[in-house]
Amino acid sequence: MYNFSYQKVSSVADAVEAMQKSEDGKFVAGGQTMLPTMKHRLASPSDLIDLAGVGELVGISVDEETVTIGAMTSHAAVAASSEVQDAIPALAKLAGNIGDPAVRNRGTIGGSIANNDPAADYPAAVIALGATVTTNKRDIPGDEFFIGMFETALAEDEVIVSVSFPKAGTAAYMKFENPASRYAIVGVFLVKFIDGVRVGVTGATACAHRGMRLEEALNGSFTADAIDSVELPIEKMNADIHASAEYRAHLVKVMTKRAVEACA
Amino acid sequence: MAENGIGASVRRKEDNRFLTGKGNYTDDINVVGQTYAYFVRSPYAHANLNSIDTSAASASDGVVAILTGDDLAEDGIGPLICGVNVTSDDGEPHRAPLHPALAQGKVNYVGDHVAVVIAESLAQAKDAAEKVSIDYGVLPAVASTATAAEVNQQQIHDIAPNNMCYNWPFGDKAAVDAVFETAHKISTLDLINNRMVTNPMEPRAAAGEYNSGTEEITLHVTTQNPHVHRLILSAFNQLAPEHKLRVVGPDVGGGFGVKIFVYAEELVVGWACRKLNRPVKWTSDRTEAFLADAHGRDHVATAEMALDDQGKFLAMRVNTTANLGAYLSTFSTMVPSYLYAFLLAGQYTTPLIYSEVKAVFTNTAPVDAARGAGRPEATYLLERLVDVCAEDMGLDPAEIRRRNFIPVEAFPYQTPVVQCYDSGDYPAALEKALQLADYDGFTARAEEAKSRGMLRGIGLSSYVEACGIAPSAAVGQLGAGVGLWESAQVRFNPTGNVQVFTGTHSHGQGHETTFAQLVTEQLGVPIENIEVIHGDTAKTQFGMGTYGSRSLAVGGVAIAKACEKLIEKGKKIAAHALEAAEGDIEFADGDFTVAGTDKAMNIADVAFNAYVPHSYPEGLEPGFDENAFFDPLNFSFPAGTHVCEVEVDPETGEVEIVKYSAVDDFGKLINPMIVEGQVHGGIVHGVGQALLEGCQYDDDGQLITASYMDYAMPRADNVPSFDIDYAPTNPPHNPLGVKGCGEAGAIGAPPAVINAISNALGVKHIDMPATPEAVWRAAQSAA
Repeated sequence: MYNFSYQKVSSVADAVEAMQKSEDGKFVAGGQTMLPTMKHRLASPSDLIDLAGVGELVGISVDEETVTIGAMTSHAAVAASSEVQDAIPALAKLAGNIGDPAVRNRGTIGGSIANNDPAADYPAAVIALGATVTTNKRDIPGDEFFIGMFETALAEDEVIVSVSFPKAGTAAYMKFENPASRYAIVGVFLVKFIDGVRVGVTGATACAHRGMRLEEALNGSFTADAIDSVELPIEKMNADIHASAEYRAHLVKVMTKRAVEACA
Repeated sequence: MAENGIGASVRRKEDNRFLTGKGNYTDDINVVGQTYAYFVRSPYAHANLNSIDTSAASASDGVVAILTGDDLAEDGIGPLICGVNVTSDDGEPHRAPLHPALAQGKVNYVGDHVAVVIAESLAQAKDAAEKVSIDYGVLPAVASTATAAEVNQQQIHDIAPNNMCYNWPFGDKAAVDAVFETAHKISTLDLINNRMVTNPMEPRAAAGEYNSGTEEITLHVTTQNPHVHRLILSAFNQLAPEHKLRVVGPDVGGGFGVKIFVYAEELVVGWACRKLNRPVKWTSDRTEAFLADAHGRDHVATAEMALDDQGKFLAMRVNTTANLGAYLSTFSTMVPSYLYAFLLAGQYTTPLIYSEVKAVFTNTAPVDAARGAGRPEATYLLERLVDVCAEDMGLDPAEIRRRNFIPVEAFPYQTPVVQCYDSGDYPAALEKALQLADYDGFTARAEEAKSRGMLRGIGLSSYVEACGIAPSAAVGQLGAGVGLWESAQVRFNPTGNVQVFTGTHSHGQGHETTFAQLVTEQLGVPIENIEVIHGDTAKTQFGMGTYGSRSLAVGGVAIAKACEKLIEKGKKIAAHALEAAEGDIEFADGDFTVAGTDKAMNIADVAFNAYVPHSYPEGLEPGFDENAFFDPLNFSFPAGTHVCEVEVDPETGEVEIVKYSAVDDFGKLINPMIVEGQVHGGIVHGVGQALLEGCQYDDDGQLITASYMDYAMPRADNVPSFDIDYAPTNPPHNPLGVKGCGEAGAIGAPPAVINAISNALGVKHIDMPATPEAVWRAAQSAA
């Protein structure tokens, strides 16, 4: 780890100010990716601006239409929340299966989606549920938030305040885990709304995306069999020692089928 | 039986300190004035070292010294050695390239040691290491086991043409070939034994301190064998004479073989602490462990069996290429030779076996012993081949094994491959395992699984291994540079409590409990009054350490022999005190009694008399403290049958082990709870190899599984709850009747798992690790 300045702020405004003053600062929102990267000397921010002390970013609130999760709410808190379990059980289940207990207790939803790891779980839910990412500057539709590998719509000094998930619909998340890291080789978050189906796919490509072809098939017939004839673009799939592009494409379909069965 | 004696599942004495954070590991050792070593490692698999410029790095904050291979050579510090000779088929010894602890002129694998930076803090050492400027002349790399010895390959060491360390044929080729000519059937199998990174929980570490007053170096190091470390560092590396070098293996958090060897870092730390007259500490990080710990396995082999029309094995032919990595680690040469080919008979009466092992160099980390060491490779090959034979002959895998087992009455049994098995009842273990696994009910379970779209498979593995390593004369004949006896000293203190010094080393096995149980059983001293001491060359007599499931079978016997001597001496002391003839003294449960009377004296009082000999037998030495050495007459041969049942999801290729049954013959069990833990750990290790762990280098020799993000270790949810039982036999040559249990699971499990998957899929073979994608592809091709 290289030397850096550590700043613990207590408000979003202070966080933004600290970022603007820093030479090459980074927000830390749990640090479950940031700190290992720094320990390996693969990142060397001048300043770490720790959001852990910003009380306004923590908490879960549920109203008639949405579940709103503060950006600094831990995965463990989301998983354990009876309100989330009642409103969107698939989301609580997703949170409860991220990483390991240490990661779930330190890692946060804001940190996860701001990092946008191609194999992270939350992005699939944000996309599929059509969530809204609220920052200190604006509301960003979930569909427009994830731009590319480790790349989001956030500006340098933009802080995620909360993520709001609509309660409507029946949802399921099916994850095929990497046997080593337990990240998603493929994760499919499927939501059946009254007016149609939305599918968020993570792990398969450079960045979580909407599974438009899968949605089209399922809007025609909400059955597992409808997936069989879907052709997915293998050339866009990730490939590594754990899964080839062809296998990943296959797994997307299998996980989607299983999500359909879970929602049926 | 004494309370807490042999056969009691005594809770582990050592766990109190381990579970409450009071363990004392090498990295816990901190002394005033300590400096920190950080190694500059090669980022290339194969390169000439054109130049090393340390000037900028030396000026970096906190740097005490930066040392390179030139400094080592200047100080006359010798290269790392390999201690076992294997004679190649040209009559020459195996090729042993120079293995300097810091590279001299060339680097040969990613992670190879180029220089060491020693600084006041670890962060400062790392900062300076980045400023060491090295001009590498990058060379093509050799990374593949299968092709390393091909004619036009890049050469790694001048001394080893075609990257060959040795070609080692064993057996009567002509006789074997002749049987194959006329056999009813020949079954053939090509297979890979996947390379593994051993991954003990505690990474390697070394902390060296030099006392300029006594001119003694004290080296704390993660070792399984402190005296072997001291011997090699003294005799071959010229670090310091043995009497001026203290090696301490304090609490060590897992070894599995990887901490047997003498590594570059340890030698460099020991050398640097004297050179700089400052304490030096190095602790491996996990990335370094992946790069530079000795790896395990890595074979490519072809196996053939000749059978008669009844499915009897007539002859076996095996051709193996074994990857030894870039240099020879301490015991590397013996792993794919003596520890492998001599186990190829397995549990069977196969009368003729011919094996040829080609050991090759590659630009990868050195490969050496890892839990089982050669025996898992032999067992995997044989037990997979036996299943192929069963398929080819249309026989049930259990039945073909029954037809070929060495019968009970044939023990001791001389195999055609050197080993003479001590005792065994292979049919008993098989039948018990089949019962435990409900083998007969499998078809119904498979049908039920099929109705859920799942493929169920069942697989057997009947293994035998050679443990209790080893008779010194036998290993000496083979080319080992050491004897493999063990030592013990059992010392009563005047107040009657006991210190047991063993030359073995415990790094998770629970010796402090098991050995105390031996002593409480034999001497009747309460277990809480017994302390087992190991791991420090300044405290214990010379010993050979722990590996090859030898500690109880060899070291335990040495303890028992020392106890016998105490009893003999105690009889003299008691006879004098009780005014009886020595011949009338009996000893049981801690008391010396005069036969036929109620006159008795507890062993604690005898000890007091021995230290305060006011009234004492004439001519008898005072003191109550005996030592003993034990050199075994033979290896011990644990054996057993494991049965694995899997369910494969053909849609995803996921494999779930739904049931795992193991019936082992370890001889007598001292602490059944500890044995069961060893069996569990071993099976999980084997399941890891079968399903998850696959160390991979790319064509440039870059390690692409260099962290837990890519290297999959087994976890609790990868395995079911195990069904464990025993079918013990009594090894006649072992005075305690014990065989050893630490490696069995890692040996028995891989073929059981792969046999089960092959059975589920209906395919001839699938290589390890059977990852979801590999299984999915195999399922596709079988469908």
